[in-house]
Amino acid sequence: MSQGASAGREATISFDPGRMRELERASRRENLGRAWYKFSRNPLSVAGLAVVAAVILLAVFARYATPYPRDAGAFVDFAHAKLAPSVHHVFGTDQIGRDILTRVVFGLRSSLLMAVLVLVLVVPPGVFLGLLAGYFRGTWVDVVIMRVTDVFLAVPPLILALAVASVLQPSLWHGMMAVSLMWWPWYTRLVYGLTSQLRNESFVAAAEVNGASLWHILFREILPNTVSSVLTKMSLDVAWVIIIGSMLSFVGLGVQPPEPSLGSMVADGARYLPDQWWIAVFPALAIVVVVMGFNLLGDGIRDLFASEQG
Amino acid sequence: MNGAPLLSVADLKKHFVVGHTRVPRRAPIVVRAVDGVSFSVAEGETLGLVGESGSGKSTVAYTTVGMYRPTSGSVVFQGEELFADGKPRPQHLRKAIQIVFQDPGSSLNPRHTVKEILSMPLRVHQRGKNRVEQVARLLELVDLPSDFMYKHPTTLSGGEKQIVGIARALASDPRLVILDEPTSALDVSVQAKTISLLLRLQRELTLSYLFITHDLSLMRNVASRVAIMYLGRTCEIAETVEFFRNPLHPYTQMLLSSIPVISEAEAELKPRKVISTGEIPSPVNVPAGCSFHTRCPFAMDVCRRVDPVMVDGAPGHQVRCHLYPKKQEGA
Amino acid sequence: MAESRAVPLLEVRDLHVHFAVYGGLLKVLDGVSLVVHRGEKVGLVGETGCGKTTMMKALLRVLPSSARIPAGEVLFDGRDVLAMSRRDLSGLRGRGISMIFQDPTAALNPVFTVGEQLETVITHSAAAAGRRVSRRAARRQAEASLEKVALADPERLLHSYPVQLSGGMRQRVCIGMALATGPGLLIADEPGTSLDVTIQDQILRLLQALVNERDASVILITHTLGVVREMTERVYVMYAGNIVEEAGTGRLFASPMHPYTKGLLQTVPRLTGGGIAAGIPGRIPDYLSPPTGCRFHPRCPFAMEVCRKNKPPLFHVDNGHDVACFLYEGSASKGAAS
Repeated sequence: MSQGASAGREATISFDPGRMRELERASRRENLGRAWYKFSRNPLSVAGLAVVAAVILLAVFARYATPYPRDAGAFVDFAHAKLAPSVHHVFGTDQIGRDILTRVVFGLRSSLLMAVLVLVLVVPPGVFLGLLAGYFRGTWVDVVIMRVTDVFLAVPPLILALAVASVLQPSLWHGMMAVSLMWWPWYTRLVYGLTSQLRNESFVAAAEVNGASLWHILFREILPNTVSSVLTKMSLDVAWVIIIGSMLSFVGLGVQPPEPSLGSMVADGARYLPDQWWIAVFPALAIVVVVMGFNLLGDGIRDLFASEQG
Repeated sequence: MNGAPLLSVADLKKHFVVGHTRVPRRAPIVVRAVDGVSFSVAEGETLGLVGESGSGKSTVAYTTVGMYRPTSGSVVFQGEELFADGKPRPQHLRKAIQIVFQDPGSSLNPRHTVKEILSMPLRVHQRGKNRVEQVARLLELVDLPSDFMYKHPTTLSGGEKQIVGIARALASDPRLVILDEPTSALDVSVQAKTISLLLRLQRELTLSYLFITHDLSLMRNVASRVAIMYLGRTCEIAETVEFFRNPLHPYTQMLLSSIPVISEAEAELKPRKVISTGEIPSPVNVPAGCSFHTRCPFAMDVCRRVDPVMVDGAPGHQVRCHLYPKKQEGA
Repeated sequence: MAESRAVPLLEVRDLHVHFAVYGGLLKVLDGVSLVVHRGEKVGLVGETGCGKTTMMKALLRVLPSSARIPAGEVLFDGRDVLAMSRRDLSGLRGRGISMIFQDPTAALNPVFTVGEQLETVITHSAAAAGRRVSRRAARRQAEASLEKVALADPERLLHSYPVQLSGGMRQRVCIGMALATGPGLLIADEPGTSLDVTIQDQILRLLQALVNERDASVILITHTLGVVREMTERVYVMYAGNIVEEAGTGRLFASPMHPYTKGLLQTVPRLTGGGIAAGIPGRIPDYLSPPTGCRFHPRCPFAMEVCRKNKPPLFHVDNGHDVACFLYEGSASKGAAS
């Protein structure tokens, strides 16, 4: 601070750290309140949030929330096979006597787990590369990163996932790896576009003029402005990963039996249609509901951030 | 305070290549944003830089603050040539020359709080543990309550945002502050408050301002000297009072006659002979000869062919126009 | 000078507009009344946040869904605008009332040519009047509009996209679009503010000429006092959702009465010099919980006890000069405000 300025003003400043902290808390509360108000304007977004919250809770507490947790493992009970939905088995039982409700919940859990793990693997490098490429747009950094991205985008994801999964042992992990390999370029592209625009904003120029480090500019100035789009995409992507995971297990390349997986449950149950419809329909319904939930939540997140930028 | 100016710009040029013409010639399409501009700013003074779109005034600002490298010409600050070598600008110069941007909406990161915005230059230029206290002092300097620290720019008014921008520029304790249309986006009463603050800060901190605007009424009351720019060149430079009493260049007269004023006394001052006509040419296609001849009511044959040079139209009053031919050879 | 004619073209009576937001109700417009007679050019002066844009949106019924109108009337040519059906409204917009927006770039659709946009406006407004216009006729009218706004080579311009035009040309196109439908009332929102000052001068002179030629009424909304002085006959000054002063233009500048108006005029930098005023202390009120009584009282150097308690009505001080300020309660002539 300039000597001239502070000299005359030392006496007048009254600075209270406690009050500052209180203000900070109050300001955060207000922002949250405002965000919730905006989000809750749309009942569909709230519905999406409710579904997602319910699914997450069920997935975490699967062991305690389901009536027959042992049915999620190797279990056989032909005496109670193919029972229609009843009070004892709300979704009925499958062809070897396992409770479908329990298996659906555990199936949701493994789908969700796969989605979370894929996103955790995919989002950080994807976003980082996008930031670099966008900020250095027009230079070799941009060219190298984006052309590599293009190569990955050119390969059809499901086919590559099938190829990888069939070469390696079929398992949930290999399926995830395959999907992850395909997913990161979308984030790079998204963040690349956003960064290319953001770097022309005056607030970025202000940081550059002051000689702020590249790290500061990329991660403290530009990244926070991409968060809204990235979060929206992540929410919608969970839905996509669940579908792709289900597709993989439908063709037998994802989670292996006896572990429950929504896709394989639908595949197994398909041959019992239409008489024992519940074996295939409830897992399929579960997929629909969880996908819808994440889609609605994603839309809600997008709308939440959209008007702020207007 | 010595006699040498704080900032001295000599024959500054900044050209941008924005594309190429079609094959086979593939000639570069060049925008001559700044095409030979010279001026100086003394310590504690405010130099006003006036111009419309395409005048190059913002490019001059951005070059001076280090965002662009000049195509040619020299910029000397406190005796130091700013663009001597190809290296990035050293930290002590970044501290000393700061800028306040035009649009308060985009000059503050919408995702940051005021505290984060003001911490950025503090962190870069100073050590110091107590960031919160430093920010509070900065806010106090610009007459904002310390409560503002945790607000986001979206909850601030235009005037308040601009004041935060000013505080950010002052965080590094600069000597020269470039103000790029600092109040153009603001209402007139907010403008008055902001300008009053800027003038007070100038007195208290002995700052020099390069004040860029298109508002001549504002310039009349803020700048000690005024320079008019058109299509990348300066047309006229003079001390403020002399400038408004005796505008020489036809473009200056056109600017003055276009300003809406609120009193008869001011209306009297507006030149009547030069009314605004024509479009401002694009800097990609600068007219030959004197770049203003396409709109000038006094255009002569020589104006279409020869580019005039800057001469003394009156003592301490430079103008670049064929109406005022060079009187003597040499200084 | 305003001539009293039988039925004013536009009459706004005691309009209140609120917005439902996080934290409650934003009580923006607090009982605004104004009148525009046929052929009259009226200025509406106010700074950002005073509610002038809200009022214009209310006139054209383009307020967002969070808006509520708890009281007030808007009468255009004697008809109640707030109660109009969609069909009548689309006839009103464009033909009865036309608007020129502040930013011509944002007002023009970048993916359609100038000609297409003009023709759309012409055919739609004709359809709303129950007439059909052939494409050739619409094109001819479009070309004529461009000529009217002094654009060179209108034939070529019709096929150009807005991005190919300069800012001044775009503003002329917008003016052409607004006038093409022959509106009775033109609302110009900060015309030319986004343009260079020499171009703005040309645009304003053009606007003046065109408006005079067809004797249209104009509401000129702006915060630039110089423009109001040069282009209007009567001025309303607005602050925080209220009309605080109304007078003939010359009179307002010569002898402003309301403390806000006086403060505002003081802050305008003069070409004749005189330095920079300190500005009006304080900031515009929070519409969530606006000040009691007169909304300007927290910032007013002359605030009295009554100002905190009661909202001042418009006092009719002199011929055609009304002020909403208790300082003038005594000098108000008998009879209601005009």
